[in-house]
Amino acid sequence: MSVLREALDHQPETKAFWSELAEGRFKLRHCRACERAHWYPRAICPHCASPETEWRPASGQGTIYSYSIARTAAQPFAIAYVTLAEGPTMMTNIVGSDFAEIAIGKPVEIAFGHQVEDGITLPVFRLA
Amino acid sequence: MSINGQAYIVGAYEHPLRKAPDKSLAQLHAEVALGALADAGLSKDDVDGYFCGGDVPGTGPFSMVDYLNLKVRHADSTNIGGASYILHVNHAAQAIAAGKCDVALVTLAGRPRSEGVPKGGLKRADSPVQPDYAWETPFGMTILNVYAMCAMRHMHEFGTTPEQLAWVKVAASHHAQHNPNAMLRDLVTVDDVLNSTLVADPLHKLDCCIVSDGGGAVIVTRPEIARQLKRPLVKIRGAGEAVKHTAGGAIDLTYSAGRFSGAAAFAEAGLTPADVKYASVYDSFTITVIVQLEDLGFCAKGEGGRFVADGNLIAGVGRLPVNTDGGGLCNNHPFNRGGITKIIEAVRQLRGEAHPAVQVANCDIALAHGTGGMLGTRHGGATLIMERE
Repeated sequence: MSVLREALDHQPETKAFWSELAEGRFKLRHCRACERAHWYPRAICPHCASPETEWRPASGQGTIYSYSIARTAAQPFAIAYVTLAEGPTMMTNIVGSDFAEIAIGKPVEIAFGHQVEDGITLPVFRLA
Repeated sequence: MSINGQAYIVGAYEHPLRKAPDKSLAQLHAEVALGALADAGLSKDDVDGYFCGGDVPGTGPFSMVDYLNLKVRHADSTNIGGASYILHVNHAAQAIAAGKCDVALVTLAGRPRSEGVPKGGLKRADSPVQPDYAWETPFGMTILNVYAMCAMRHMHEFGTTPEQLAWVKVAASHHAQHNPNAMLRDLVTVDDVLNSTLVADPLHKLDCCIVSDGGGAVIVTRPEIARQLKRPLVKIRGAGEAVKHTAGGAIDLTYSAGRFSGAAAFAEAGLTPADVKYASVYDSFTITVIVQLEDLGFCAKGEGGRFVADGNLIAGVGRLPVNTDGGGLCNNHPFNRGGITKIIEAVRQLRGEAHPAVQVANCDIALAHGTGGMLGTRHGGATLIMERE
């Protein structure tokens, strides 16, 4: 079992995120009490501490808040923080894009089907 | 309760080695502990409080207290990464003021160089039990690329340039040339930094700290004991600590926990940044120094790049001498944690025991500040302000 699978198994509160994402649905955790979305997803709202949180479909749209190109990796890749249309900023990768095209402020969209290990799909983005 | 004037740093010792393949981790901790005690004129049997971070072997203080055969009535193993030891001096002063111990020992040691811990791409020592693990680690996050994202955002918002980042390394190298124990003693130029390998945009190889073996220790005690010893008196004036994180997705990469720890320390000390003659500022990467100098109030937010340029951090040249031992960028960064060396060089400056080429004239107030953990996700900040009495 991979360490990532082990990590997911430790977090029953976010199990649905991963199964939904694997089927092409990107969901965010929202709070019914304060009506805000947050990241990373939690059972208890980090803004108002309410336990009244739920999954809601997300647009999958965002803009690049910051990024870097990991150039010394065996396969160089782009890591980024993306600010989602719903508000929260999340860490991710920018895939399928020329590194030179990546810039802060550029619009991005979620890229489904990015499997890494143990059949786990990661929420990554590409330039829109 | 304020710690202002309640405790003194009476012993400080930095291990001379930067590579220690033939010494155990416990041995390194013991050697720096005994070095700091000898510097203070105290013995191990005077120690009744022990403070350590996540670098000790075993669980919290147990193994090292046993190895050294100490008899302690107070122990604290708060771990905020490389900034832990600066926080420990704060906690030691609090414990002393509360009567919980009289002579506090703080140690840091490690041998990542001998153990072959990978450089640059170093992964966090994270556990899959952490709630944040699955939302960061799978994206290939390393210490390097997270700090790089902070630098990228700083450049975007404030116009900070790679040349300005490079000046932090240039200043460190100017200081390290005078430190016979420094791991890197060659002078480097801005062009040398910009021409070094681009490792994670916008950071080059020479924007990154070194990986070294070794360690350091300090001794903190109460005023009555400090005055009986023969060392120059280094009084603790104020301290602060804070934790910054991703705030439920409302993360802002342009500032650090130092914004809060620094303000708390200055308030307790009754001082302002203009009073500080020398500053030890954690330099895991060049960007770390720029962000922290802003957060501590040495310049306005966004002005850090311009502040560090043109040698402004070089002793005898600039307005604010920083890391006159060569810092983590050139001198020493044992266990990938530099906090203890920040205190030690500040103590040297206050005592007038820094290398003559980098000694700050009339150095009466010094600051030591650290960021431990990940600047771009969650980290601890600790600030310590000291005065030569």
